[in-house]
Amino acid sequence: MDWHAVATRLFGADHAIVADGDFLAGTATFDGVTLAVVGTTHHAAVGVDLALRQARAVLATIAGHPGRPLLLLVDTQGQALRRRDELLGIHRAMAHLGCCLDLARRRGHPVIGLVYDQALSGGFITSGLMADACHALPEAEIRVMRVPAMARVTKLPEALLESLSLSNPVFAPGVANYVAMGGVRSLWDGDLAAGLRAALADRDISDRRAQEGAQRGGRRAAADVIRRVLEA
Amino acid sequence: MMQSFAEMSARERLAAIVDADSFLEWLPPSERVTSPHLAQLGVPAAFDDGVAIGRATLAGCAIFVAAQEGAFMGGGVGEVHGAKLAGLLQRALRDRPDAVVLLAESGGVRLHEANAGLIAVSEVMRALLDVRAAGIATVLLIGGENGCFGGMGIVARCADTVVMSDIARHAMSGPEVIESAHGAGEFDSRDRALVWRTTGGKHRWLSGDCDVLVDDDPQAFRAAAVAALDLHRPMTLHALQQESALLQARADTDGDNADAFVLWTRLGVHDARAVPDLEADAVRALRPAAVAALANGGA
Repeated sequence: MDWHAVATRLFGADHAIVADGDFLAGTATFDGVTLAVVGTTHHAAVGVDLALRQARAVLATIAGHPGRPLLLLVDTQGQALRRRDELLGIHRAMAHLGCCLDLARRRGHPVIGLVYDQALSGGFITSGLMADACHALPEAEIRVMRVPAMARVTKLPEALLESLSLSNPVFAPGVANYVAMGGVRSLWDGDLAAGLRAALADRDISDRRAQEGAQRGGRRAAADVIRRVLEA
Repeated sequence: MMQSFAEMSARERLAAIVDADSFLEWLPPSERVTSPHLAQLGVPAAFDDGVAIGRATLAGCAIFVAAQEGAFMGGGVGEVHGAKLAGLLQRALRDRPDAVVLLAESGGVRLHEANAGLIAVSEVMRALLDVRAAGIATVLLIGGENGCFGGMGIVARCADTVVMSDIARHAMSGPEVIESAHGAGEFDSRDRALVWRTTGGKHRWLSGDCDVLVDDDPQAFRAAAVAALDLHRPMTLHALQQESALLQARADTDGDNADAFVLWTRLGVHDARAVPDLEADAVRALRPAAVAALANGGA
């Protein structure tokens, strides 16, 4: 879904979110509360500059508006694949963005992620996946790679991967599979405002993804391994 | 002739870094905690899923430690591998050792189980930041032949201290990936000199992305880890504002040049062209004072 449409369905027409190139930022009012909105659009390739712009917007919110909820609007094709970004430490810029979101959480800002279009690999890992919890629209796309690309890289038959992906979410892209694995807490289907309202009301900010992956059956090993390490 | 840290296995590195015979492993290979997904794919598993975790002492201090094995799927993070790291960090938060030391060697998310690996890496990242926020020193040692890339490259930059050898690499995407996306004109993955001056330890030192530059020597890594045991860098609003400003200033310094020699020169390194031929010791002395501010560890 287009970010304008998402914003309008969540906040009505009079929100103050603006796009500057691939960068989204601004504020909106929801149930009488001002939210800070930070994100990307146009399936952005997130490089150093775009990571830093998002980081600055998060830091400005922490500095200027203590406690203000942050909504991350995610639409990314992944990290920028450019030599300049590697030279300038794209891993560090992305880590910095993740650290800014982490600080916001520690200082009491609710941090809500929403994949409204596409979320791939590196662009996702320090945005939506660093939220208190990440949510998605049902029509969004989340993946590291598609099955054909995975078959090529792993040198495994595509037919094998296709058949396994029917029963094991770990092998298959898709938002429903990310919900099953616990990486996405919920899908906002139809009434987006209800989804946001529920997300803002959930103030347990502990990382529950491994437990939810186990409960939902999509990622059965992680929670058990973590428990065994704690008990060893 | 000193031993090469890069050429050692994960367990050999562990043994060389911590105090003699002090390592107690959790979920050791004898417990055969393997990847259920690799089994489904018919791909050989490792009995430790490519990472050893446990507790040890370092210079007498209690540490929790992990070492990724690059020889098993490039150190890629799968569901179990990631959960071992996350479990170690959660246990550190509970048991409060003096430090957590991670010997990272990873291509990032393991593509055979990539969806679970991606989530796992972000769980590791949140857990590491919890440990750091609790005032437990977090130390990343990067010296394996496979470098530290992808999600693990990001995780590593979340630690208090990053130690690299001059032959190590730390970045996001591998040069082959960039070349396949945008051609050899963008990044020629076979040009080793270019690859190392773009992502290697000397570059990360000169531009402030790592805090300590050591020789490819396990004893040098050990000494650096010992020195980092009581280095705490609280992640305050001020510290992150400074980090933002410094990273932006460096990007502005580069303009769109994207060349290490030009960047080093602009950052104040004299005779940048000579750097690739220098020993780590000589490169250590070249870091401009202005760049030291970019590093956690200062000058």
